[in-house]
Parts: sequence; structure tokens; C-alpha cells
Amino acid sequence: MQLGDYLPIAVMGLLALIFGGASYVLSGLLAPRKPTPEKLQPYECGIVPEYEPPQRFPVQFYLIAVIFIAFDIEVIFMYPWAVRMRDLGMFGFALMGSFMVMLIVPLIYIIREGVLDWAPRRRHSRDELIARYRAEHEAAAREEAA
Amino acid sequence: MLIADAIAAPPSDWWAIAPQLVLGGTAVVIILMICVKRVDPGWNALVAAVGTVASGVFAWEQWRQVTTDANPRLAYSGMIAVDGFSAFLVLVVCVAAFLGVLLADQYFKREGIDRGEYYALLLFSACGMQFMAAANNLVMVFVALELLSICLYVLSAWNRDDSRSQEAGAKYLLLGAYSSAILLFGIALLYGGTGTTNLARMAEIFSENVTREPGLVLLGMVFVIVGLGFKIAAVPFHMWTPDVYQGAPTPVVGFMASGAKIAGFAGLFRVLETGLAAFEFDWQPLLVGLAIVTMLGGSILAIAQRDVKRMLAYSSIAHAGFILTGLASGTAAGVRGALFYLVAYVFMIAGAFGVVALLARRGERYTSLDDYRDMFRREPVLATVLAFFLFAMAGIPGTSGFVAKFAVFTGVADAHQWVLLTVGTVASVISAYFYLRLVVYMYMRPEVDEGEAQPAALPRVRWAPATVVALVLTVFFTIQLGILPQGLLDMAGKATLLF
Repeated sequence: MQLGDYLPIAVMGLLALIFGGASYVLSGLLAPRKPTPEKLQPYECGIVPEYEPPQRFPVQFYLIAVIFIAFDIEVIFMYPWAVRMRDLGMFGFALMGSFMVMLIVPLIYIIREGVLDWAPRRRHSRDELIARYRAEHEAAAREEAA
Repeated sequence: MLIADAIAAPPSDWWAIAPQLVLGGTAVVIILMICVKRVDPGWNALVAAVGTVASGVFAWEQWRQVTTDANPRLAYSGMIAVDGFSAFLVLVVCVAAFLGVLLADQYFKREGIDRGEYYALLLFSACGMQFMAAANNLVMVFVALELLSICLYVLSAWNRDDSRSQEAGAKYLLLGAYSSAILLFGIALLYGGTGTTNLARMAEIFSENVTREPGLVLLGMVFVIVGLGFKIAAVPFHMWTPDVYQGAPTPVVGFMASGAKIAGFAGLFRVLETGLAAFEFDWQPLLVGLAIVTMLGGSILAIAQRDVKRMLAYSSIAHAGFILTGLASGTAAGVRGALFYLVAYVFMIAGAFGVVALLARRGERYTSLDDYRDMFRREPVLATVLAFFLFAMAGIPGTSGFVAKFAVFTGVADAHQWVLLTVGTVASVISAYFYLRLVVYMYMRPEVDEGEAQPAALPRVRWAPATVVALVLTVFFTIQLGILPQGLLDMAGKATLLF
């Protein structure tokens, strides 16, 4: 084992450096530059921002990313097992089964935590709304009677 | 059909990973408990405590078997080593996790951030530490390290409405990811140099072949030492420690300071002693240098700290230096001393952070040195307990800290490493200064200087049963190991590696 075996990697790194540097320098030299105020603003999906950016906004998508990782890994493990299912026999089945059971636990957990409730949370239940409506209605009726 | 016969099931040696399985299983049970119904997290804590004790029982049984029946072995295709070293450290991790659970309950109730998930994460992290202690393959080392680190990143940002805790979590995550990348790169280089990640096989390769160009292996070795050096907070790689220890919730710090350090030392020692034993003359000077700068750096920088949590963070860095000294000596006595030191350190640091958590009051407001003025008058019991731990850390005879330092330095003297010995002695004298300064603040300084207004009296600290148990345990073992250390010293002497 010699360090020389790693020469291709060093060449690769060098090429990456040259490519990155050349792209940067060349685009600076060659690209036309016609700045407008809109172009100089921070990039936000190409839309002209309507209010100042430093506001907090909910990042719900990271939760979906987390769930994706959990179930993505599950599928990665299932593919090789599915290909060799017959050869692996009961042993493979038992392993895969216990693995699935282990994965069900986080699934139950995230459902209980409400990670899958993506709609805006309903503040009041239907029964509550009906009860409130009735109470207001009755109060109005009483006032009218008085 | 490519494979004609059914693939034979590899032998499953459940017994080899029983402590880890129990801890991980308990964590899953806690998650399921939360799914069924969110009860008072105290119940989760109870389950977690029972789980750590059960895991400890299995670890003890493992220890008994490998030491009496002479049955150390490899399991799971050489991934896991079951030997005295692993069983010993698995047991110590159980102790650290148990103390971590006991100290957490009252603190998180006080801070209003009590959630059952804390205990699940703590147990998963401890499970990773145990796997680290038993890992005999570089891949296993890495996976175990990630398991323990990722849980600790979350735990140190547990108080997520507190900006200091957020800072601690973010810093630990960034530096931890960075150090993991370095470690991984080192593992890749070692694999490139030997063609295996199995440490026992690696040792065989080095003993059978003469490595004419060891450049790759040496580079990989340095990267592995650096990567694990971050985890044990050795000095050039210690920058994250004070910030994280100051910002993270104090019980988490107690667990992190003890458990992560055990795991880091376990990984470092096994990689160097088993896999890279042939390169002992190359890594030993590195460890000696690391130990010297770590002891001196930790002790000297601690003097400048005005915050007690930061000061204890630097003190833990200095302790890492003393433990490294034992490993760097390369003698059996030094390693025995280092293992003894780890155990003594777990009790001292968990106890000290436990007291600091109580004294800091809600929101961790009172952690500066000035807040500890005249603590003996206000909280006589807690001040005495903390003073006791500080004496122990300073290495006053009669405490475990003294025996630990003595055991480590014996090994260094055996190896005739007089520089290391001199620096170690000087560093322990320097460190005595800042420990005793805090004691002076608690016992001899009035609450305010003359002419200043008296501050409003704080409410007395309330005690929860779990906290009392934890503090009694830590105090007891710190005294016991100081007066009758022979039992544990013998145990540490038997905690040897398989190869």
C-alpha cells in the first residue's frame, strides 16, 4: 500500500479546484453585468419580496424530511432482502420483521406527536362551535324577549 | 439461482450485547410509554433508572464471566469484543447513566422543560457509549460514536427557549460533526493502509508484514487521535467544551462530561492498543504531548474563569489530561490507573454538577463565582458537599481523586517518564488553586463587600429524593474509593484487552 495509489484522488481534487476557480473567474470576466435594484436583492425564488425578511416563519418541512429519512432507510434495507428473500428464509424474515417492528415505534410516536397533521390546527372542535353558537343564539333570543 | 443453499443464519451471541440491548430496549419502552399516554415524566425516569440498573446487572454478569471463566471473545463477526476492558467500561457507563437519570428529574421539573423523551435520548446515548466500549471494528467505533453524539447534541439544546442552551447545542453539533468527519477520514486512511477495519485483523496484518511505507497508517492514526481527542476534550481540541458545558442544562453536562469521556477513552485506547499496537513508538509521544498540554492548559485556563460551570468544564479538561497520562505511560499500571481515574471522575464530576444544578436556581441564574460567596451560611449542606467534591478533584488524600492521581502517576513512574510525571504534579498543584478558591468563596468571603447593599435572600434549595440518592451515592463512592480503593484497583487491573 503506497501513498502513490492515491494519486488519482489528488488529481481529481486538483481538477475540481481548477474547474471551480475557472468557472468563477470566467463568469466574472465574460458575463454581462446590468444590475437593477431587483437583481441586487437577496434571492427569494425570483419574486420581489414584499416585506422585510427577518421575520420568523414556521419550517414545517424539516419534519417531513426527518420522516423521509426514517422510511427511506427502511426501504433501502428492504430491497436487498426482497431480492434474496427465499434464500434468507425464516432467519431473514425474522430479522426483517423485528426491524419493521422497531420502525413502527417511531411511526406511532410521530403520529401521536401530530407530525402528520399538516393542515392548520383547528382551534375548536365542531361540538364546541355548535355549543357556542347555540349559547349566543339563546342569549340573543332572551334579549329579544326582554 | 446464484446461491443454491439457503444462507446460514450467523450465530447470534445475544449475551455479548445484553447490556446494550437492555438500555436500547428500555429507551424504546419509554418512547412507547409516551405514545400511549403522556404521564408525569417522573415515571419515565423511574423506568430509565430501572433499565440502567438492569443493564448494569447484565454488565456485571458479563464482567464476572470474562474474568473468572476466562471467556473473553469476539462476537458478531469481530464487531464486538467481550473482554474485561469492555465489561468494565460498560459497567461504568451504566453508573454514569444512572446518575444522569437521578439528577435530571428535579432539575427539569424546576425549569419546566420536563419531557419523557429526555430519558429515552439519554439511554440511547448511553447505549452508544456501551457499544463504543465494546467496539472491535472501526466501523463499529464510528457508529457508536454517532449514536452517542447525536443524542447528546439534542440533549445539550434541551432547554430550547434558552439562548445559551441553543448556543451549546449548535456549537456541539458543528464541532462534533467536524470531529466525526476527521475521525472518519482517519478510518478511511487506516482502511486504505491495511485493507480492513477490524482491529484484531489489523494487528495481525502488522505483525505478519513489515510495513515499508507506513505513511497512510500513520496519517490515519493521527486523524483518529484528533477525532477522538475532540470527544475527550484534549487540549488543542477543547474549544467547544467550556461553551457547551456552560450553556447546556447542568444534569446533561454531568452525564456528558462523564459518559462521553468514558466512550472517547475506550475508543482511543482500543484503537491504539489493539489495532495500532505495532506503532506504539509512534503514538506514544503524541499521547504524551497531548497529556502534557491538556493537563497544563485545563488547569491554567480554569484559573481565569469566573463562572463555576466554565471552571468545572476546564477542570474536566484537566482530568482528561491526567487520564491520558495513564494511557500515555504505556504500562499496565498506568492503564489500570487511568481506568480507576475514569470511575473516580464519573462520581466526582456527576456529583459536582449535581450540586451546581441545585444551587443555580430556576433559569440557571446563579453560576458565577460571586454567587457562591458565603454559600456555607446560606446552604450549609450543599456547600459542604460541593467543597468535598472540589477537595476530591484537587486530589486531597482520603478521597478517590488522590488515589486516582496516585495510581496514574505510579504507572508513569514505572515507565520512567519523568517529564510527564513532573508536569502532572505541577498541573495538579495548579488545579488545586482554583478548586480551593471556590471553597474559600463559599466559606470565607462575605456575601457582599463592605458598603454594598445586601441582596434579597434567595429561597432555600429544595431537595427531591432522587437528587438526594444521587448525591449520597456520589459522596459515598468518592470516600469509599479514597479509603478502600483496592477492590476497584484490582478490578481495573483485570480489565484487560482481548488482544
